[in-house]
Amino acid sequence: MADSKSKYSVLIEPGLAGKNYWNDLWRYRELFYILSWRDIKVRYKQTVIGAAWSIVRPLLTMIVFTVVFSKVAKLPSEGSAPYSILVFAALLPWQFFANSLSEASNSLLGNTNLITKVYFPRMILPASSVITSFVDFAISFGLLALMMLFYQYMPSWQIVFLPFFLILAFAASFGISLYLTALNVKYRDFRYIIPFVVQFGLYISPVGFSSSIVPEKWKLLYSCNPMVGVIDGFRWCLLGETNFPTSTLLMSCLVTLVFLVMGIWYFRATEKSFADNI
Amino acid sequence: MPDSIITVKDLSKKFIINHETGGGRYTALRDVIANSVKGMIRKRKSAVPATEEFWALKDLNFEINQGDRVGIIGRNGAGKSTLLKILSRITEPTSGSIRINGRVASLLEVGTGFHPELTGNENIYLNGAILGMSRAEIKRKFDEIVAFAEVEKFLDTPVKRYSSGMYVRLAFAVAAHLEPEILVVDEVLAVGDAEFQKKCLGKMQDVSGEGRTVIFVSHNMLAVKSLCSTGILLNKGRIEKAGAIEDVIYSYMANTKSSIKSFVAINKEANGIDMKSLTISDNGVVGNFSIEDELLFEIRLTGSREYDLINVNLFFKGNDDSIIFATCSSPEKFFPGDYVFACRIPANTLNDIIYTIDLMVVGNGSAVLHQLKDIVFIEGVEKKRDGAWMGKFPGMIRPLYYEWTKKHN
Repeated sequence: MADSKSKYSVLIEPGLAGKNYWNDLWRYRELFYILSWRDIKVRYKQTVIGAAWSIVRPLLTMIVFTVVFSKVAKLPSEGSAPYSILVFAALLPWQFFANSLSEASNSLLGNTNLITKVYFPRMILPASSVITSFVDFAISFGLLALMMLFYQYMPSWQIVFLPFFLILAFAASFGISLYLTALNVKYRDFRYIIPFVVQFGLYISPVGFSSSIVPEKWKLLYSCNPMVGVIDGFRWCLLGETNFPTSTLLMSCLVTLVFLVMGIWYFRATEKSFADNI
Repeated sequence: MPDSIITVKDLSKKFIINHETGGGRYTALRDVIANSVKGMIRKRKSAVPATEEFWALKDLNFEINQGDRVGIIGRNGAGKSTLLKILSRITEPTSGSIRINGRVASLLEVGTGFHPELTGNENIYLNGAILGMSRAEIKRKFDEIVAFAEVEKFLDTPVKRYSSGMYVRLAFAVAAHLEPEILVVDEVLAVGDAEFQKKCLGKMQDVSGEGRTVIFVSHNMLAVKSLCSTGILLNKGRIEKAGAIEDVIYSYMANTKSSIKSFVAINKEANGIDMKSLTISDNGVVGNFSIEDELLFEIRLTGSREYDLINVNLFFKGNDDSIIFATCSSPEKFFPGDYVFACRIPANTLNDIIYTIDLMVVGNGSAVLHQLKDIVFIEGVEKKRDGAWMGKFPGMIRPLYYEWTKKHN
């Protein structure tokens, strides 16, 4: 008993909740696993085709984008890569980002009963939403592999760098999600802003087109979108035909870092009043 | 002196009540922008403040020792739930501090986080994790939990198909198998059927028997009394009394009674009869409505004319205005003068609910001379009960004097 006492001794004081925060986050990791597992499990309940939705959605988007941008708008691909693979390599990280954003921003509101009745580091909720979106990403990635087989298109050796860009995608998704999630608790306006941001973002990110067609004078502004670096990086890893996106990547890393720090800071600052505000 | 497991020092919690947003609970971005613009335009005119402070808890100081079973009682809005929420770290205090030396499991609601789409089996793991159990711990106790909840056959059914009773049983079963040093419980006994309530209370007694600390909030004084050894009475965010549970419950009941009258001045004259007052007493003690004791109703009136027959009626009504029962004096010849009509309600007749009393005076068999509706509310209080079951006794009345016999054939 004495053992567990010292182990679990807690001091509750205004503003002190933060002291053991990262310890607590570690201590509550099982809750994090189980909440992620719940979200995945429940996700496609009562749907007829179930998890097949995570294949159908990106597949249809890819077909539409390929037809519109390649066949109608006649935009160039990169090197010898089939346009559909060009689109799909970008669609994967983009959908991961977009799903994370919309799922995470609603995660707190969707779990109001938990927040008002039980203590745990609230960051677990948006984090588990990001993980859930990652499962969709993994399924779609399998689809990309099938497509490459179908086109008999060999990915380049640079694919070994893919994990780095994956981490960048995670960081960007998580940072921005945290920020929006916290804002959503206080200002319900964000419920309407987020779908718009996600929709709009699709067109300013190089999903349907290649970054190479963006005019030089807009490059800097264009690279402020953290997903530009991620998507360019994905294409570089998978298609290997483009140049390494040095400048956009640096910019993306910087913006991602800013968002991540700001997101964590803002989330932590507002977290203690979630139970009172929600 | 045993070590204190919880030390609360100068604890206060303030809420800001927002007047301007009116009904809406959420701040809309629009309002923030509009208000800041408004604020810029008329900076100097400081009108009525838009917000008001409300202290849900103010300067609380107390200590709880290991193995204590503490009942926290008080009326609605006294700050009980806020205190529990701060203890369970759901919200932060505004000032002051609490030191807790142990693992706290709080049970502010039965079945927190249950997902209707998941099966009973899956929900046990989910709910266990939410309450702070590790996977290994749940696995170890799984069979025990299932047996306690009596849902063996439905483990693979989504809980949305459960009956509400099964749902509650499963939820409580998970919570009951927590093994924290400190268990914080809020009104969970208000759910489930009588049989299950008994089981829950028994389980909680076991828990405290193992040397754990239990903090229990309830409006059910019998349950509090049977479970807790010490109590804290909160009133408007302050501690009004702390100490032995009997004393604390007594103060609470004395408080409650002050809002329910035992003497009503009526002073209404009609048809030559002046209704003066109604007094309700228990063994001559005014203001006591124990249901285990006889209650005396005394109606004072003054007559200025003669009637062939007069009788006085008392109606006991429930909260839906339906009459539970009526009782009347026998009709008798009436001469002018001062009278006291008295009615004795035998001990063990009323239940521990709130009754509304109507008073009626009838002349000559059928003429209504006075009809006084809702003149007083009385609330029966149960002082003690034998046996293990501490739940609510059903029914609008509770006559305990009917004869029961048992014969072995």
